[in-house]
Amino acid sequence: MSRMNAVENMLASTGAAVISGLGDFGRFWSFGSRSISFVPVELMSLRGWRRLLPQCFQIGTRSVPVIMLTGMFIGIILVVQGYEQFDNAGLRDMLGGIVNISVASELGPVLAGVMLAGRVGGALTAELGTMNVTEQLVALRSMGADPIRFLVAPRFLACLLLAPILTCYADLVGALGAWAVFVFYYGGESEPYWRMTKQMVEFWHLNTGLLKALFFGGTIGLVSCYKGFHCKPGAQGVGEACTQAFVISFILILMLDFFLNVFLNGLYNLWYGFRSLI
Amino acid sequence: MVGHDHPVIEFRGVTKRFGRQLVLDEIDLAVERGKSTVIIGRSGTGKSVLLKHIVGLLKPNRGEVWFEGQRIDTLSERALVPIRRQITFVFQLNALFDSMTVLENVAFPMMENSDVRLDREEIAGLARHCLELVGLAKFGSKRPAELSGGERKRVALARAIALEPPPKVILYDEPTAGLDPQRSDAITKLIRELQEKVHVTGVIVTHDMKLAAEAGDRVLMLYNGRFVADGSPEEVRQIKEPHVHRFVEGIAEPEDVVTYTT
Repeated sequence: MSRMNAVENMLASTGAAVISGLGDFGRFWSFGSRSISFVPVELMSLRGWRRLLPQCFQIGTRSVPVIMLTGMFIGIILVVQGYEQFDNAGLRDMLGGIVNISVASELGPVLAGVMLAGRVGGALTAELGTMNVTEQLVALRSMGADPIRFLVAPRFLACLLLAPILTCYADLVGALGAWAVFVFYYGGESEPYWRMTKQMVEFWHLNTGLLKALFFGGTIGLVSCYKGFHCKPGAQGVGEACTQAFVISFILILMLDFFLNVFLNGLYNLWYGFRSLI
Repeated sequence: MVGHDHPVIEFRGVTKRFGRQLVLDEIDLAVERGKSTVIIGRSGTGKSVLLKHIVGLLKPNRGEVWFEGQRIDTLSERALVPIRRQITFVFQLNALFDSMTVLENVAFPMMENSDVRLDREEIAGLARHCLELVGLAKFGSKRPAELSGGERKRVALARAIALEPPPKVILYDEPTAGLDPQRSDAITKLIRELQEKVHVTGVIVTHDMKLAAEAGDRVLMLYNGRFVADGSPEEVRQIKEPHVHRFVEGIAEPEDVVTYTT
């Protein structure tokens, strides 16, 4: 009898968790679609730009140092990790090309995204979560203002637009960091480093990286704002929401990276296969 | 000319539940125009819930909520916007926007209200005037975090009256909560004064009997989801019903009395 009860309880709690998860998923999509629907309206109004620009400063300008630092160390670590293998195989000059492809198409956007999720995502969730628990969101609604339009749309838009720009910074500093270690630490030559980079890194690699960054930025913006809007009361509620926002953003960045890679590889094969025919 | 024979706000058999908890139990209420209606009751009896129904922040499970002869509990968020622009709300935690200065906070409802046909300078002038009314003329450039609790409450009051045309209804959620007796008295006087100067309908939710007596024209007591008292402040004070009497006199309910045992 007690085993029966235990099974029933387990089924009930699993069912409750599934229902709650589906509900949360539905609410997130509804929240996301409403946020996205306000983007054109915000872009076409002066007030929208007034709300957007301070967010661009907070999310973009203030993230530049940390993103550049991240990018630089990605480049440096890749050279340190790869130098000996490439040198032993007599392919030392190709290292620049390989490292810069990795930075531009994969590690730059992913790690810049993760850094953005930590720095910006946490701050957005904490800010909106605090506004939520101190009734500021309800106050906005009571004044006839839509909190999603006023608070989420500019933040989402800033994340969406600035993630690719920040990734450019990460890529650039990553390439320079890798070059500095290659030349000044390992005694490599500059000319073959840049020549191979030019030969091997195509616009495709840069563009795929920036496209990924666009998706990552949008995801970070939406997840962070959603978690802030739906946090539990109290300081603990806001803290939990910040942690959840980062963890979910991180997982989604990796999942999106996988799906985008599969899609873009298919597209690459299709496009370059087609191009070789003409 | 539209006649005003109907109440400004009307609740018809409003029931509200949160899960299994019954908060409002078939409430009927008609709020008279230009008067201050005070709703008293113990903490957690649903006073703030009732207030939030008036601006459509919460929807009843059953019953109807009317504003100016229009049923509002069935309206969408978008359709509620014109209603919300006629009602202002002073929140218990003030709900001032941290990222804005005091002046920007007061000006915000006018800036975002498309019905307000004023330019930025006129809005700023009106916001300064409202700050003057609450005695905070020199605080416009400060941030809410730099103010004391009483000052923040006064800024919230200034924001509540800063509309052109003025709001039809001001809702006050525990306007004196967390304030010392002197600041509490100052806020009570200010509410009364604003009521007399601006002639708006007020709905005040509180458990401060002094505020109820001084600022209210009519007092109702909410207990177990229903009104158990209704009358002028003096009439409610005379009611002998045990729950009302104990609340008015500040005597604990027998079940709330906890004895310390070692």
